[in-house]
Amino acid sequence: MSDWPLLSTVVFLPLVGAMMILLVKGDTAIARRNITNVALWTTVVTFLISLLILSQFDSSNAGFQMQETADWLGGSIAYRMGVDGISILFVILTTALMPAAIYASRNSIQKRVKEYMIAFLVLETMMIGVFCALDLVLFYLFFEAGLIPMFLIIGIWGGQNRVYASFKFFLYTLAGSVLMLLAVMAMYWDAGTTDIVTLLAHPFSPQMQTWLWLAFFASFAVKMPMWPVHTWLPDAHVQAPTAGSVILAGVLLKMGGYGFLRFSLPMFPIASDMFAPLVYTLSVIAIIYTSLVALAQQDIKKLIAYSSVAHMGYVTMGVFSMTQQGVQGGIFQMISHGIVSGALFLCVGVVYDRMHTREISAYGGLVNRMPVFATLFMIFTMANVGLPGTSGFIGEFLTIIGVFQVNTWVALFAATGVILSASYALWLYRRIIFGKLEKESLKGILDMDIREKTILVPLAVLTILFGFYPAPIQNVTAVAVENLINNYQAALSAADKLALLAQ
Amino acid sequence: MTTELATLPNLMPALPEILLAVGAMVLLMLGAFGGSKTSQVVNGLAVAVLIIAGAILLLSSGGTVTTFNDAFIQDPFARLMKVLVLIGSGFSLAMSVGYTQEEKFDRFEYPVLVLLATVGMMLMLSANDMIAVYLGLELQSLTLYVLSSFKRDSAKATEAGLKYFVLGALSSGMLLYGMSLVYGFTGQTSFVGIAEAVHVEGAGIGVIFGLVFILAGLTFKISAVPFHMWTPDVYEGAPTPVTAFLAAAPKVAAMGLIVRVVMTAFDPMDLQWQQVITFVSILSMVLGAFAAIGQRNIKRLMAYSSISHMGYALVGLAAGSSAGVVGVIVYLITYLAMTLGTFAAIMSMRRRDGMVERIDDLAGLSRNDLPMAVLLGVLMFSLAGIPWMGGFIGKWFVFSAAIEAGLYPLAIIGVLASVVGAFYYLRIVKIMFFDDPAPVFERPANELRLVLVISGLFMASMVFYVSPIRTVAELAANSFF
Repeated sequence: MSDWPLLSTVVFLPLVGAMMILLVKGDTAIARRNITNVALWTTVVTFLISLLILSQFDSSNAGFQMQETADWLGGSIAYRMGVDGISILFVILTTALMPAAIYASRNSIQKRVKEYMIAFLVLETMMIGVFCALDLVLFYLFFEAGLIPMFLIIGIWGGQNRVYASFKFFLYTLAGSVLMLLAVMAMYWDAGTTDIVTLLAHPFSPQMQTWLWLAFFASFAVKMPMWPVHTWLPDAHVQAPTAGSVILAGVLLKMGGYGFLRFSLPMFPIASDMFAPLVYTLSVIAIIYTSLVALAQQDIKKLIAYSSVAHMGYVTMGVFSMTQQGVQGGIFQMISHGIVSGALFLCVGVVYDRMHTREISAYGGLVNRMPVFATLFMIFTMANVGLPGTSGFIGEFLTIIGVFQVNTWVALFAATGVILSASYALWLYRRIIFGKLEKESLKGILDMDIREKTILVPLAVLTILFGFYPAPIQNVTAVAVENLINNYQAALSAADKLALLAQ
Repeated sequence: MTTELATLPNLMPALPEILLAVGAMVLLMLGAFGGSKTSQVVNGLAVAVLIIAGAILLLSSGGTVTTFNDAFIQDPFARLMKVLVLIGSGFSLAMSVGYTQEEKFDRFEYPVLVLLATVGMMLMLSANDMIAVYLGLELQSLTLYVLSSFKRDSAKATEAGLKYFVLGALSSGMLLYGMSLVYGFTGQTSFVGIAEAVHVEGAGIGVIFGLVFILAGLTFKISAVPFHMWTPDVYEGAPTPVTAFLAAAPKVAAMGLIVRVVMTAFDPMDLQWQQVITFVSILSMVLGAFAAIGQRNIKRLMAYSSISHMGYALVGLAAGSSAGVVGVIVYLITYLAMTLGTFAAIMSMRRRDGMVERIDDLAGLSRNDLPMAVLLGVLMFSLAGIPWMGGFIGKWFVFSAAIEAGLYPLAIIGVLASVVGAFYYLRIVKIMFFDDPAPVFERPANELRLVLVISGLFMASMVFYVSPIRTVAELAANSFF
């Protein structure tokens, strides 16, 4: 069993599920049910296999594990897979959110179910592939190919203004990525390979690092998204169907942060050090500015979307501090945000399925009719605020500690974001849940059914569990992050010595 | 000299061309004496002749041979490109079977003319001498002029043919003028001779002028900017099977010819021709991307699309390296497959009252005919160069060659143009998948569906077998290095 290519199995299993769905004929209610069941079971099995990977994972090992290699493009471009302490959690996050996303779509998606499920399963393959790829070209292939299913998901099953949102999403991301593609080519000719393991040890010249860093930054900053290239995100979130928003916020946004950790920081340490102030500035602007923008929103999904941009600001800030707490906090924040924002979008989906509006003003006093919903929504809102005892707190706290050691001013400004996030999130909660239930249309609203509880309760449990006991996540990342930072510092001091010698 | 003329030159290397030429004449006789009823037979036989010619090429030995006083060269590069040309011609002919019956287009001259054009293209690819270049090019061009206006009674087709002819004649004039300049300053017409003369005497201003005129004449044939003006009108005006043919095989042939001319005859002048190619490439990519946005007719859109794709292929050539030629070849392979598939889909756009060619006619195709919408969608993403589709592989090879050669501005402008270009390909996907359905199309002919399936699957699965394609392309590119 130990030789079995587990990673490839996890990556391509959803594709197998998609092919099975392709075979289902007809568009009757039974066929639709079968399709949903196949998709659901595929994602559940994928999740279980990914847990198997986690159980076999040795967290005391800083290197890549479960590596797989096969010839592919010829030359030194090959099919290489592997996970380390940084990437494995994102794999689990993806496989864990997918069943929730599929299950949440069961009733809300009525038209073209077959294409919908196929698009989601293809998307899952691409997302897991991004986190498992150990070859730059393979990484790029997965990174970009995920755009196609997401484009279709937003464009076909989205809201009123879906066409605009899907085009904006696609073209923004593509424009960032093509520059990264050129950087990948330049790295290929410089190092003679696209093997990530080899590239991690390959010293690029400082001048080249600058350009490569900027090219990668163009791609990851859009994906992250960082201010000022974040404007595609609110549009995409608002228009996407619930499950699309969950995956977008839960997984796709993490690809940018993962990219920084996997490529920008370890491969271009000198440039990363040089550009860190730029990243801090953009992160702080993102935290404060988008929090203020979130305050002004009338649409629930848009508000959560802007809060996502603010939370990603903590991630970039923490990651570029290059301290143990900062980087681990950044990873933790991404995982936590994946769970929390995914759950928040699912909560919006719950009320949207009933009322078919996302206007905040259309709601009010829901606690009277939906006590379970109000409780769960509160847990996730508190996690979004970063209340101690929820997973949101750990991430924000660690990233601020991390960056405090490097730059106190950045930490100061970032900390104001905590207050701002409390204001918009609590205000949102008050407007939707509290108050008198006065609106006629809400009088008959029903509380969550079993299906919705099955989806949201586990996420709530995880949110609180990681808030009190973050060790499961921190233990996995600790060694890999330590290794990352040591190599980074070694590269910087070597460059310093070289600079001294040159003088 | 007399002894050489008395002995017959070695005809074996040119066997496929001879077969095609003889085949075309036999079929002409068959059609002329058999009347219009024979047109289907002639079409089938023409495809058979193309297949036999392809088989001969594939079975012939792999080395380099020259004949006709070195004016004709058969090397791995020529062989591969000829196979591509034959595939392009063969598929275009096969695709026209149903169309010819429906649209009263079934005249036996059509396959005969396609065969003659193919002979011209193969001569272009084997040309090793300026005179041979001109002969091949003109044989190809004259048949294409006739083909474009093949629907004599259609005003648009006549206009297309006339425009193509007038501008084509102008470009031939420029080509000839360039050749005469080069001949005047080097005293040579053979590629090897020109290269030697330039190498010894250096690149004088006269030769540079000649080079520029020759490239102007040749880039006209691949419809690169600024010599692209004819393309949208001819693509729109010509009957659709002819457009499919025009977009596929002649582009491959002309691009192969340009590669050979600059790589052998003007090899010592790489700094000069690289400038020209870079300039033309940037203009083509950018203009193709922006001009296509406003198009409503899908054939015009494909015209601008092909302009920009020729620009991308030229990116590889501009690198001037072995990797660059490999890039051009891989790009042409993907271009050929995507073009044939897309035109198979365009020819399937038929309602009860005839062919339609507005992009909006594709509205809601995913609801009416999901397989066709998915396959065409794959081709659109592939044309846009989105990963996992074959089009990305082509772009990877040409742009990585440009990066290797240090042509960073060219590469950056190119990829950004591809983002702009992605917009209009996405718009077709949007119309097919997001919009409300338009009236359904008639059931497409089997051969059209088959071509669409082959090219769609090829593009969707190309990532899995890039390695052998790359090996073949490297073998062909080694003809020059």
